[in-house]
Amino acid sequence: MEFTNDKPIYLQVIEDITSRIVSGEIAAGDRLPSSRELALTYRINPNTASRVYAELERRGLVYTKRGIGTFVSDGNLENLKHEKVTKAIEEFVEAMRGLGLTGEEIERELLAYLEKRKDLK
Amino acid sequence: MKIQCEGLTKKYFTKTAVDHVNLELDGGHIYALLGPNGSGKSTLMKLLSGLVKRTEGEILIDGQEFSCKAREDISYTPTEPFFYSYMRISDVGSFYEDFYQDFDRERYGQLIRNMELGMEMKVRSLSSGMLAKVKIAAAMARKSKLILLDEPFNGIDLLSRDALANAIIGEMDQTSSLVISSHMVEELESIIDTAIFMKDGKIEEMCDVEALRMKENKSVADKYREIYSEV
Repeated sequence: MEFTNDKPIYLQVIEDITSRIVSGEIAAGDRLPSSRELALTYRINPNTASRVYAELERRGLVYTKRGIGTFVSDGNLENLKHEKVTKAIEEFVEAMRGLGLTGEEIERELLAYLEKRKDLK
Repeated sequence: MKIQCEGLTKKYFTKTAVDHVNLELDGGHIYALLGPNGSGKSTLMKLLSGLVKRTEGEILIDGQEFSCKAREDISYTPTEPFFYSYMRISDVGSFYEDFYQDFDRERYGQLIRNMELGMEMKVRSLSSGMLAKVKIAAAMARKSKLILLDEPFNGIDLLSRDALANAIIGEMDQTSSLVISSHMVEELESIIDTAIFMKDGKIEEMCDVEALRMKENKSVADKYREIYSEV
């Protein structure tokens, strides 16, 4: 994974993991890799990897069973999805505004695009 | 292990290679020692490993004075390969085993296998990438408390660098600390937690990688350019 410079690495890894949870690639109850394995997978510092799990746990997205491993929680999925959707929309709207479009124009463009790309359904 | 340097200085005749360095290294961290050629990185590493005698200042290991006993827990791996060309990779293992009590032969074998080398291979026939891997395997197979790697990525191709990074991350334990000197700032960026910038024998700055991103929106590479490019 390529990391950008504007955000701490642990937050970027968290975003990647939460995206995988939202998309269903990682399901509730799944066991996540150990923090050492996580460090190797993402090629990150082992301390950063521990921090990723500590933060995910704090947010209630994963839980740890001592000596067994870290697992994905089953609650919170809807909230998480909503958060991600809101963020994606924010970025989209901001980009459109940057191009000088008004709210109505954005709506029109978006609907027209979706109409044209029915295959996306 | 905690290492503290106070006013650490090394002079070679008229040149001051390391100039009153104050530095604290804690266990469980991976440090990058950064700076252009001649900024004092190698000399600092050699001072920490006891290979070079300090002119002034102090090095404390867990609060104790730097002694022969403390040196047993410190390993230094220089840039240049130092194995005899007639050796096989397995002989390098035996060589290390004879020299260092904390050398773990099994771990060495595992690392060699992970890096897709064979015990029967001769040092003479190894490419520079392969030699770099043998060096790292030998260094990481010791249970040192302070591991000093001098330019381990020098002249090594991308895939071998990945293999080295994996060996470093995978073998790092929570009590030891690792110092890697390098010009390959981008290469180290994600695997280190603290960057130490050296300039003219002094520590110019020491920063936490994540804090740097959070507070200044900068990567270590950005910081490097900021410190060393003459504007």
